[in-house]
Amino acid sequence: MVMGDKGGGTEAQQYVWGGAIPLQIHLHDSEVTTLPPPPPALILAPRIGYLPLLVPQIKPFFSSSLPPGVDTVWFEYKGLPLKWYIPTGVLFDLLCAEPERPWNLTIHFRGYPGNILTPCESEDSIKWSFINALKEAAYIINGNCKNIMNMSQPDQAELWRSVLNGQLEVYLRVSSKLKLDIVGDDFSLKLNSSTSKSNQGVNDLDATGTTRTGRVPVRLYIRTIDEDTDDLEDAPAIGSWEKVSYINRPVEVHSEGKCFTLNDALKVLLPELFTEASSTNAHTSGAEVEGGQRSDGDSSRSPGETGAASNEHSQLPSDGAEIKLVRIQGIKPQLEIPFSWVVNNLMNPDHYLHICVYVKVLEPITI
Amino acid sequence: MVVSRDGTLSSTEFYVAASAFSEQWRKFNSALRQWSWVPSPKRPWISHNQVNYMEEGYLSVENVILPELNEEGHRDGDLIEKEECGCAEEDEFIDAAVLIQNDDAGARQYDFHVVYSACYRVPVLYFRAYCSDGQPLLLDDIKKDLPLNSVEQLTRSRWLFITQEEHPQLNRPWYTLHPCGTSEWMKLLQHNDDSAAQGEGIPVDKYLISWFSVVGQVFGLRIPLEMLNLGGTQ
Repeated sequence: MVMGDKGGGTEAQQYVWGGAIPLQIHLHDSEVTTLPPPPPALILAPRIGYLPLLVPQIKPFFSSSLPPGVDTVWFEYKGLPLKWYIPTGVLFDLLCAEPERPWNLTIHFRGYPGNILTPCESEDSIKWSFINALKEAAYIINGNCKNIMNMSQPDQAELWRSVLNGQLEVYLRVSSKLKLDIVGDDFSLKLNSSTSKSNQGVNDLDATGTTRTGRVPVRLYIRTIDEDTDDLEDAPAIGSWEKVSYINRPVEVHSEGKCFTLNDALKVLLPELFTEASSTNAHTSGAEVEGGQRSDGDSSRSPGETGAASNEHSQLPSDGAEIKLVRIQGIKPQLEIPFSWVVNNLMNPDHYLHICVYVKVLEPITI
Repeated sequence: MVVSRDGTLSSTEFYVAASAFSEQWRKFNSALRQWSWVPSPKRPWISHNQVNYMEEGYLSVENVILPELNEEGHRDGDLIEKEECGCAEEDEFIDAAVLIQNDDAGARQYDFHVVYSACYRVPVLYFRAYCSDGQPLLLDDIKKDLPLNSVEQLTRSRWLFITQEEHPQLNRPWYTLHPCGTSEWMKLLQHNDDSAAQGEGIPVDKYLISWFSVVGQVFGLRIPLEMLNLGGTQ
């Protein structure tokens, strides 16, 4: 779609769509009525999927152990009820500082925490949560959501099925009708043809005389960790959603000839974590972008192997807080990557770019 | 005067509109539940669109009892009625029917929040309802309080009208009216509004009045004509 590639999408998109998290699912003790208790279920959860979509596969493992009653299924990780409308991959990136494989989740079939989670009555709930997110994204990109509202029933069904089944090709074919292209893809094209970033600086603006502005749908999730947590591995589990801030926000991309990077986008979203001094770091030499590079599972390791260490210490905190980790689709992208590349390759099927940010704070935040 | 030309608002304009709305509401509906501005909980480091952090928040009116629906499924009363009737000096303003309703242990109360959506650039209504014992109402119960038009719309477009979503500031499940068409119908309103003639758009300080005159209808609530007729000369 975005890169003008043939049906299958970019290599990075294929990785995103093929990405899955191994889950080990335990039935909550209070719902075990058999001896011995049922063994945990092992299942692969697509990154771009939503947890309740797995229930038809999981239920057979536990159905004979359940107490009588009506099913209202929900998932929990270390005491935290999981919001089903957040894509599974994002939950994993956000809640597992150090990727845990398999990811041990607890499933509940009773006692839905309706005061914390919005109800999920059926697959329809999930489908419409997805469509509504897509509508919102379309509105941000185009200023209206007519293309989504006017989607034919068969197209809508096919689009949803492509997400359910992880069929990138089908998805790209149907979603191309929605005209949701974000800020052209000039940078990726240029980056592919020219490895020198500095060449596409001011000169391009002069040459074309155009200024392109686009709005990119972003969902930002911020998790804070204590200053004495040196190793992300030691970060305590999140016990309550109060510990996470998350917002939906359009990021305005001004591509005035100068490359708008992921770092620039974060600066717009989290200005207080960037100071004047750090903004000059943007010039750090020609970091090349290699499409599809994905260090599966290495997301929290040192970025040394990719040759750019500048993102670790480039933020000079205003109040002692600093960005410890930026994670998108399980990877720790270099912040010098052009934002449009990040968006077009790493966004979820709802056309949102979901960004997880770990922020190290000096003092506990009182909310 | 700042106007909205395309039916949308910036977040700063939303704060201006909200202040104007609650002020005018107080002026014309002094006996009713009042709207108040609730500043957002401070969320560290996330960019605030406003210079002034107090300007980030939402408009709220709580513990509202809806006037009863008549047989045709419309409201007899004009307005959101005041729930607390303990203040003697205000009793004279309160409709007798409502007083009776207040004594009814089964009275349902509504909380309404108007929250700015940075994505749609429009106000969005969030609401919840509960019985007097604090038990939250489900949509099927809420339906019984809605005018026929709304119930029909709810049946027609189950997922595009009212759904339960996470309140963006409280991060708890609330009901919400879908905002995707708001800027469109706000633009239509502006064309019907004489005071905003010559295609100048809707003055920001009147935006929420126009908005509420439409959104309130979902609950069978109307706002007084005096408020709608407010000139731009305020």
